[in-house]
Amino acid sequence: MSEAAGDWPDRIFAALKRGQVATVGYVPDAGHARLISLCRTDDAIQDVILTTEEEGVALAAGAWLGGARAALLMQSSGVGNCINMLTLTRNCRFPLLMLVTMRGEWEEFNPWQVPMGTTAEAVLKLAGVAVHRADDAETAADTVAAALDHAFNAESAVAVLIGQRLIGAKRW
Amino acid sequence: MLDRRKTVKRLLADRGDALIIAGLGSPTYDVAAAGDDERNFYLWGAMGGAAMMGLGLALARPERRVLVVTGDGEMLMGLGALATIAVKRPPNLAVVVIDNGAFGETGMQPSHTAQGANLAAIARGCGIAASFEVEDEAALGQLAVTLRERRETIFANVRVAATDHPRVLPLKDGVALKQRFRRALGIA
Repeated sequence: MSEAAGDWPDRIFAALKRGQVATVGYVPDAGHARLISLCRTDDAIQDVILTTEEEGVALAAGAWLGGARAALLMQSSGVGNCINMLTLTRNCRFPLLMLVTMRGEWEEFNPWQVPMGTTAEAVLKLAGVAVHRADDAETAADTVAAALDHAFNAESAVAVLIGQRLIGAKRW
Repeated sequence: MLDRRKTVKRLLADRGDALIIAGLGSPTYDVAAAGDDERNFYLWGAMGGAAMMGLGLALARPERRVLVVTGDGEMLMGLGALATIAVKRPPNLAVVVIDNGAFGETGMQPSHTAQGANLAAIARGCGIAASFEVEDEAALGQLAVTLRERRETIFANVRVAATDHPRVLPLKDGVALKQRFRRALGIA
């Protein structure tokens, strides 16, 4: 990976800003650490730390009712926590932009991450969420920008799965 | 004991320009019974999500009062939301739980609040300082004033009788509910 390519979280942040995202809900995650930090220090973004990912699905719905755009940051394990709340998104056709950092798919040390890591994509699709993969540092931000347009312009639920190979293995 | 229908009707009587999120089950019927309004968003599912929808809406519309009216069972399913709301503490958000101590939709099984759980204490413990327990007419009248006048995050647990009322069923088409709500706010 080139040194410049390592700033993909900064470029995703720029895509969120260009896309007028005003609220960012997140459950802390090492893969999203840089992006979370950028959101927390931006005065124009309401950063909302969640106790569980499903809270963020409802948060985003409420934001849209009020005319604001929200994004939701989580790890693949959090996808499982969202399932019933995604019926809110689907029934009301609320836009939803989920950025999911993947675990359990590449150089994983912890077997407990594998079940959701290997099923997150299928689970999201079953719940009516369109899924894009971002496995490459050069195109990750473009993928997020495209997903953002899809979510808010077409009032759709869209997830971008950010590959573990891109994030890099957690050091134990 | 307080009657849930009269309680909700009283709290909504002078709602002003408040925006309302109603939690699934009886609170949705109570809010509908108080008078349908395009600024009401009724949940028919998504149990545990009402308070967080209220937070998202309150952050998006800081100039408007946002009132979440939900039940004890719905609030219990999303208790973490109280901790999340307490971190942000938007001054325009109020969460009012209509607590009948039972799961009304499923056969009136006693809920946790009938067996020790105190939601106002939990909310206060999460950091929502303006958390109230309401059990009688006097406290309800005070709550109505508080909702109208105080500009801080408010939580109230209103104990009501576990009585059945005829269901008043509002619109349940989620897309239609969303669109009319946004139109009422002047959003395309």
